[in-house]
Amino acid sequence: MFTALGRIIKSGSINFWRNGWLSTATVLIMTVALITWTSIFLSNVILTSVLDVLAEKVDISVYFNLDTKESDILALKSKLEGLKEVASVEYVSTDQALQIFKNRHAGDDILLKSIQELDNNPLEASLNILAKDSTRYAAIASFLNQFSAEGGSASGGKNIVSKINYTENKIVIDRLNNIIRVLREGGLVAGLILAFIAFLVAFNTVRLAIYSSREEITVMKLVGASNWFVRGPFIIEGVLHGIIASVFSFMVIIPGIGFFGPKLFNFLPEINLMNYIGNNFWSLLLLQTLGGIILGVFSSWVAIRKYLKI
Amino acid sequence: MIRFENISKIYNSHSVALKSVTFEVKPNEFVSVVGRSGAGKSTLLKLLIAEEKPTGGKIFFDRQNILQMRPDELPFLRRQIGAVFQDFKLLPNKTAYENVAFAMEVAGKSKREIKSDVPKVLDLVGLKDKVNNFPRELSGGEKQRVAIARALVHRPSVIVADEPTGNLDPINTWDIIRLLLKINELGTTVILATHDKEIINALERRVVSLENGTVVRDENPGRYILS
Repeated sequence: MFTALGRIIKSGSINFWRNGWLSTATVLIMTVALITWTSIFLSNVILTSVLDVLAEKVDISVYFNLDTKESDILALKSKLEGLKEVASVEYVSTDQALQIFKNRHAGDDILLKSIQELDNNPLEASLNILAKDSTRYAAIASFLNQFSAEGGSASGGKNIVSKINYTENKIVIDRLNNIIRVLREGGLVAGLILAFIAFLVAFNTVRLAIYSSREEITVMKLVGASNWFVRGPFIIEGVLHGIIASVFSFMVIIPGIGFFGPKLFNFLPEINLMNYIGNNFWSLLLLQTLGGIILGVFSSWVAIRKYLKI
Repeated sequence: MIRFENISKIYNSHSVALKSVTFEVKPNEFVSVVGRSGAGKSTLLKLLIAEEKPTGGKIFFDRQNILQMRPDELPFLRRQIGAVFQDFKLLPNKTAYENVAFAMEVAGKSKREIKSDVPKVLDLVGLKDKVNNFPRELSGGEKQRVAIARALVHRPSVIVADEPTGNLDPINTWDIIRLLLKINELGTTVILATHDKEIINALERRVVSLENGTVVRDENPGRYILS
């Protein structure tokens, strides 16, 4: 068995080398397919990051009446944190709200002076709530509305909630949710279609290569070779095509990211492709090589089947 | 040893290759199957190596019905029958040595056996100096000798040669025929399909004549006589 395996590997490697131009053409087409697959994958990473950044910009805030005790607000905060829809809750006290206001309007003297004229801080304390998923805001808002309707206070029975900004932003949040959903689904579908086209091109190239060897396959069978002895070298060639195409593809992708990564980083600081590649280099290389091998082996396996029926 | 029993092969209603062909080949015989182009000679040999299946009838090889063999048993049958074709059917990416060695490799022979037998067989067919040449670097006669060496190397009990001299000049033709006779003298059964009248008449061996897919004459020794 090991002798046969050794002969199959040797024969596949020699065929790969002696088929010079055919092997080169197949490797190049598979390289293009792998570059397409990796580009689709990286575009999806970029798209997902952009959408995540976009989704993080959405939050809802609950404002509390000026005379609300901090302990009541903190009690609501811990209740909110207990909800499964909530990712984080940030408490902004009246003093912090004033500080934020001052910072934001640092250049507007009239506004700052008019604030100083007031005896009391007019800004309300608030809780900024970030959901795990932007579609969950409706559920959080309904919890807050219910809380408000039931009296809204753990201690006094008096409604402490002054305003929930979800209602005002509902249309924008819904629209953003729709855009995010369409982009995610559309990106996935477009990616899958492109990946499938790349697969078909590579698959048909291997089919053509094997078609050109159909007479050889017949001869091998007539000389007494078993199906495995005929198929084996083609599978080995497929593996070699996959590995070499994967190396070539990485040789294009890495400099490509080196070139476009910083440009993208300037445009979208949240996305650092260089870091992403740095952190995932080996897993990406492994995935791509596996993809190449599977593509090569699968195509050879399927393409050779009909010529073995003799 | 080999028995064709009521063999028929019908491709479609306009193309009937063989009709009720029955004859037997004994061990160590040299049998020529003759007939015009399209008489069914090649089809008959293709059926014997299970390259095609007959429409009806039985083919026995060493008392085993070929048609009842499973697909995974066919390689074992083919290793017992050495086949030589008009168009040589060599593997273009393998050298003469590798083409011959391939027949031994598929049969699972050891490296030592291959190293010892292949040069001997190539020497036997007169190609000692061409072992490392690819088929594209060989003449027609040399290619056919490689094909014979390949058919011979695993010591089959039968060699079937389908128009082996069809693409060769007269000198090479006689070299190949002499080689087949020598192989037969060494104890291998030979079935030769040809339409070369001169060869058949010179051989003075058994001749099975086919016309329109049927056996019209089976004589030993026979001559090339077609109506």
